[in-house]
Amino acid sequence: MYSAIVFLPLLGAILAGIVTLVGAHARHPGGVDMQANGNGGHDGGRGGDHGDHGHHPAAQGSRAAELITTGFMIIVAILSWIAFFQVGMHDGDVQVSIMPWVVSGSLSVDWALRIDTLTAVMLVVVNTVSTLVHVYSIGYMSHDPHRPRFFAYLSLFTFAMLMLVTSDNFLQMFFGWEGVGLASYLLIGFWYQRPSANAAAIKAFVVNRVGDFGFALGIFGVFMLYGSISFDAVFANAADATGKTLYIFGTDIDALTIICLLLFMGAMGKSAQFLLHTWLPDAMEGPTPVSALIHAATMVTAGVFMVARLSPLFELAPVALTFVTFIGATTAFFAATIGLVQNDIKRVIAYSTCSQLGYMFAALGVGAYSAGIFHLFTHAFFKALLFLCAGSVIHAMSDEQDMRKMGGLRKKIPLTFWTMLIGGLALTGFPLTAGWVSKDAIIEMTFVGQNPMAGYAWGMTTFAALLTAFYTWRQMFMTFFGKPRASAEVMGHVHESPWVMLVPLFVLATGALFAGLVFKDFFIGHDYADFWRGAIFLGEENHVLHDMHNVPFAIVWLPTLMMLIGFAIAWYLYIFNPSAAPALARQFDVLYRFLLNKWYFDEIYDFLFVRPAKWLGRFLWKKGDGWLIDGFGPDGVSARVVDVTRKVVQLQTGYLYHYAFAMLIGVTALITWYMFAGGAH
Amino acid sequence: MTPNLLSIAPEILLAVGAMVALMFGAFREDESSVSITAGLSIALVIAAGVLVWLVPTDPEPIFGGSFLLDPFAKLMKTLIAVGSAVAILLSVDYMRYGQFTRFEYPVLIVLATAGMFVMVSATDLISLYMGLELQSLAAYVVAAIQRDSVRSTEAGMKYFVLGALASGLLLYGASLIYGFSGTVTYAGIADAVSGSGASVGLTFGLVFLLSGIAFKISAVPFHMWTPDVYEGAPTPVTAFFASAPKVAAMGMLIRVVIDAFPTITTDWQQVIVFISIASMGLGAFAAIGQRNIKRLMAYSSIANMGFALVGLAAGSEAGVRGVIIYMAIYLAMTLGTFAFILAMRRGDTMVETIDDLAGLSRTNGPAAFFLAILFFSLAGIPPLAGFFAKFYVFLAAIEAELYALAVIGVLTSVVGAFYYLRVVKIMYFDEPVAPFERMGGELKAVLGVAGLLVLLYFVYPAPLVEAAGAAAKSLF
Repeated sequence: MYSAIVFLPLLGAILAGIVTLVGAHARHPGGVDMQANGNGGHDGGRGGDHGDHGHHPAAQGSRAAELITTGFMIIVAILSWIAFFQVGMHDGDVQVSIMPWVVSGSLSVDWALRIDTLTAVMLVVVNTVSTLVHVYSIGYMSHDPHRPRFFAYLSLFTFAMLMLVTSDNFLQMFFGWEGVGLASYLLIGFWYQRPSANAAAIKAFVVNRVGDFGFALGIFGVFMLYGSISFDAVFANAADATGKTLYIFGTDIDALTIICLLLFMGAMGKSAQFLLHTWLPDAMEGPTPVSALIHAATMVTAGVFMVARLSPLFELAPVALTFVTFIGATTAFFAATIGLVQNDIKRVIAYSTCSQLGYMFAALGVGAYSAGIFHLFTHAFFKALLFLCAGSVIHAMSDEQDMRKMGGLRKKIPLTFWTMLIGGLALTGFPLTAGWVSKDAIIEMTFVGQNPMAGYAWGMTTFAALLTAFYTWRQMFMTFFGKPRASAEVMGHVHESPWVMLVPLFVLATGALFAGLVFKDFFIGHDYADFWRGAIFLGEENHVLHDMHNVPFAIVWLPTLMMLIGFAIAWYLYIFNPSAAPALARQFDVLYRFLLNKWYFDEIYDFLFVRPAKWLGRFLWKKGDGWLIDGFGPDGVSARVVDVTRKVVQLQTGYLYHYAFAMLIGVTALITWYMFAGGAH
Repeated sequence: MTPNLLSIAPEILLAVGAMVALMFGAFREDESSVSITAGLSIALVIAAGVLVWLVPTDPEPIFGGSFLLDPFAKLMKTLIAVGSAVAILLSVDYMRYGQFTRFEYPVLIVLATAGMFVMVSATDLISLYMGLELQSLAAYVVAAIQRDSVRSTEAGMKYFVLGALASGLLLYGASLIYGFSGTVTYAGIADAVSGSGASVGLTFGLVFLLSGIAFKISAVPFHMWTPDVYEGAPTPVTAFFASAPKVAAMGMLIRVVIDAFPTITTDWQQVIVFISIASMGLGAFAAIGQRNIKRLMAYSSIANMGFALVGLAAGSEAGVRGVIIYMAIYLAMTLGTFAFILAMRRGDTMVETIDDLAGLSRTNGPAAFFLAILFFSLAGIPPLAGFFAKFYVFLAAIEAELYALAVIGVLTSVVGAFYYLRVVKIMYFDEPVAPFERMGGELKAVLGVAGLLVLLYFVYPAPLVEAAGAAAKSLF
C-alpha cells in the first residue's frame, strides 16, 4: 500500500509525460520538441494568469492525461487517509525496504519508506491537497493547450514530495528535496513564453540552491559525526555527539549546533524564511493551482517537516533552536507587514504563507514540534483554500489579479465568497476554526517556551496576529465588498466557477473549519503520546506541551483580541471610511513605500549579489574568455596565422631573380650552418 | 660480367616506344594522331610498369655499379608508371575541348617517365644526373607546351631557368663529392665516408647535391617555382608535375642518402629536417592565402613533401617504408584531386578559383563527395588514407627520437587542415553558383577510383604496407 502511495503519482507523471511527448510529436511531425515550437509559435503578450484562450487546440490526449493523473491521485489520497488512521490511531509504524541505492566505502544507503505518524500526517496533507488541486486544475486549466504537461508536472511534484516525507535517510530526503525543487521550477515557469515567469522560476531555483548548499553541508556533517545517514542509526546515537566540536574557520564550534544550523539553512530556503524568502512571492507567476499546492500547502512546509523529523538532533542543539525561533518569529512579523500593502491578490496570500511558516518555525524553535506540525496540517487546508478561491476570483475576473480593480463581487460569485470567507476566518484565527486552534496553540507555546528568544517570538507572533487579521480582511473587503472598480465589460463576464473547481473548495472549507478541533487532541492534546509514539523526540527538559495548560486566561484570549482589532481597523479603513486608507498611506509615506517595496530586499540582494555576480560573469566572459582565452587562444592564433600567411604570400613575387636568390640563400644558409654550427666535423 | 640488359628492358621499351610514337605523330598529319599517340603512350607506360615486375631483380648494381633494379626500384617505378599513365589519361579530355592539341605531349611524358625510371634505379652520380636531366628536359617542354599562352610560356621559362640553376647546384655538389671521395658510385662513396667520416668538402658536396634534388621535390627554400608553374602550366601538365616526378625525385633522394651516405646519417639528417620543417610550415601557411585551386595544390604538394621528408629524416627502415607509403597515398590523392580540377569547366573556359566550388554538393553531389573525401584525407582525418600516411612517418620520426620534428609536423598539419576544410565548407555550405559542365568519363573514373582507394584503404592496408616494407628492406 505504501509503495502504491508513493509510486502511483510517478506512474501518472510518466504516463502524462508520454502523452505530452506523443502529442508534441503529433503536432510537429518534424520532431521539433515542444519547447522550441512554443517559443517560436506563440510568444505573444499573455498578461493574464491562466492560459491563452483557445488559440491552440489542446494537445491530443489532454483528457486522458487528466483522468489518469487525477484518478491515481484520488486512489492515493484515499490510501493515505487509511494509512493515517492505521498509523496514527493504531500502532502501525512500518518501514518498507525497496532496494539498495548507494554502497560506497562505509556509506550505505537504501531506498526505503519510513512510515510513522509524522509521515502519515504529511501523506494526508500532501495527497489530499494534491488530489483536490488536480481536480480543480481540470477546470482551471481547461483553456490551456499544454494540459498533459501540466498534469505530468503536478504528479511529478507529488511523487517527489512523497519521496521526501517517506524518506528513511538523509540522502533520500535530499532526493525528494531536490525533486520538489525541480518540479517547483518547472511549474513556476510553466508559461515559459512569459519572461517574468522564467525569471521567477530561475529566482526560485537559485535562492533554493543557497539553502540546499547548507542542507548538503549539514548532511556531510551528519555523516562525519555519526558515520551513517540513516535516520534510525543517527537518531539512536544522537546523544553521543553532544559536546563534540568541529574545527571550522580557526575555531572549535559545537558540532551539533553547526550541523543543525546548516540543515536549518536548507529549511529556510525551501520554506522561504526571512533572508531566503524572496523567491516565494515571485513564484506566484505559476498557475494558481500550483501556488496552492506547492507554494502554500506542501513544498514550502518541507522545511518544517524536516526540522520536526530531525527533532532528535535539534533537541540537542539549543543554540540552533534559538536561532530557529528567532528566524521564525521575525518572518512571521516581517512577511505580515509586507502583506498589509500588497495589491495583488495572490501576493497577499503568498506573504501570508511566508508569515504562517514563520509561526510554524517559531513553534519548532521553542520545542513544540507537534504544534508546528499541527499548524502545518491545518494551514494546508485553509491556505490551499484561499489560493484556490483566489484562483476562482481571478478566473471570474478574466485574469485580473489587482485587487484595486475588483470589489463588489460578493453577490456575483457567492459560493467563492463564502468559501473564501471560511478560509479567511481560519487564517485569522476566528474561534473554533482550524486556524484558531493551531495558531493560538503556537502563541501559547512561545509564551511558555524556555529559550532566550521565546519572549521575542511571543511578542512578534501576537502582533502578527493583528496584522494577519488586517490584511486578510483588507483583501476580503477590497475583493468582495464596496462598489465594483472593474470595467463594466469585465463585470459583465463575471461568473461562478464550474463545479469541478467548486467541489475542491467545499472539501477544503470543511477542513478549514473542523480540522482543528477534531484533531487537536491527537496532535497536541490528551492523546499526544499515543498518536506520535516517538515520531517526534522531546528532550528531558522540554515541558512546553505540559506548560501550555497553565497559560493565564488573558494570554489565551489575547490573539483573538488582536484578531478583532485587526478586523476593526480593516473595516474602518475599507468599509466605513474608504478615504482613510490613502490618507494614511500618504501620511506615512516612507513606511508605506518601505512595506510596498518589501523592505527593499530585492533591491538589496540585487546590489549585493546579483550585480556583483553579473559583473563577475561579464568580466570573466569578456575579459577572461573573450580577451584572454580567445585572444591568446583561438582568435589570436588564427589572426597570427593570417598574418604569417600574408607575409609568406608576399614572398612569392613572381620575379625569377627573387626565386633564384631564395635558392642561393637557402644553399648558403645550409652551408653556413655546417661551417659554424658544427654540422661538419 | 656481361651487362644484364633485361634489367633495363622497361627503360628501353619506353625510349624506343617514345621514338616510334614521335615518328607516328610527326608523319601522320590528321586530327586523330593526338588521341592515337596518347593511347599508345598510355599503353607504353603501363607495359613498362608491368614489365618491371617480369624481369628478375638484380642482386647488385650492374653497368659498373651505376644501375640497380631492386624491389625498391620496382615499387617506385610502378608508382611512377601509374602517375604518368593517369596524367596522360587526364589530358585526353582537356585536349578534346581544344585547350591544346599536341601529339608531342604524351610522347614527352613517356620520355620523362624513362628518365624517372633511371632516376630511381641510379646507383651512381652519373646515371642519377642522366635520369634527372632526361626527366627535367621533358618537363621544361611540357610546362611551356601551350605556346600561345603567356602564362604557360612564363611557367616553362621560370621552370627552365630555375631548373638549370638547380642542376648546376647538383652538378657542383656531385663534382665535390667525386673530388673528395674519388668515386661516383654510391657504394664507393659509402666506403670512402665510412673510413674517415665526411670531410668538409664532402659535406659541402652533399649539401649542394641535396639542394639540387630538393628543387625537384619542391622543398622549401627551393620551392619558389612551384606555385607559378603549377598555376601557369596547362592543368594536365600540373597534374603530371604534382604526381610522378615527385615520386621519382623522392625515390632518388632516398637512395642517395641511404646508399651513399649510410654512416653519416646525422649530417644529411640536419638538411632533411630543416627543409622538412620549412616545407611543412610554408606549405601550410601560404596555402591559406590562396584563392586559386591550382596554387592551393602547389602549396599542398610542398607541405606534403615536407611530411614525406619527416619519414626520411628518421633515416630508418621504418622511416623509408613510411615515405613510400606516403608517396603512394599522396599519388592517389593528388591525381584524384586534379581529375576534379580538370572538370572545373563552364562552357569553354576552365575556372580555377575556390569560390567556383560553392554549393557543389547540390549541383554535383557525387563529385563533391569524392572531393571532400580526398580533402579530408589530405587534411589527415581518420580513417582515411591520408591519416595513415601521416601516421607512419610521424611514428618513424618518434621512434628515431625526432620529437620536435614530429610535434611541428602535427602542428602544421593542424594549420593545413584549415584550408582543406575550407574547401569542403564552401562546397557543402555556401550558396550554389552555376554548375560545371558534365565530367568526362575518364575524369570520373580517376576521381572515383582515387576517392575509393583513399576511403577504403583502412579496410585492407596490408598489400601496400607489405610492398613498401619489402622495398624499404632492400635498401638496408
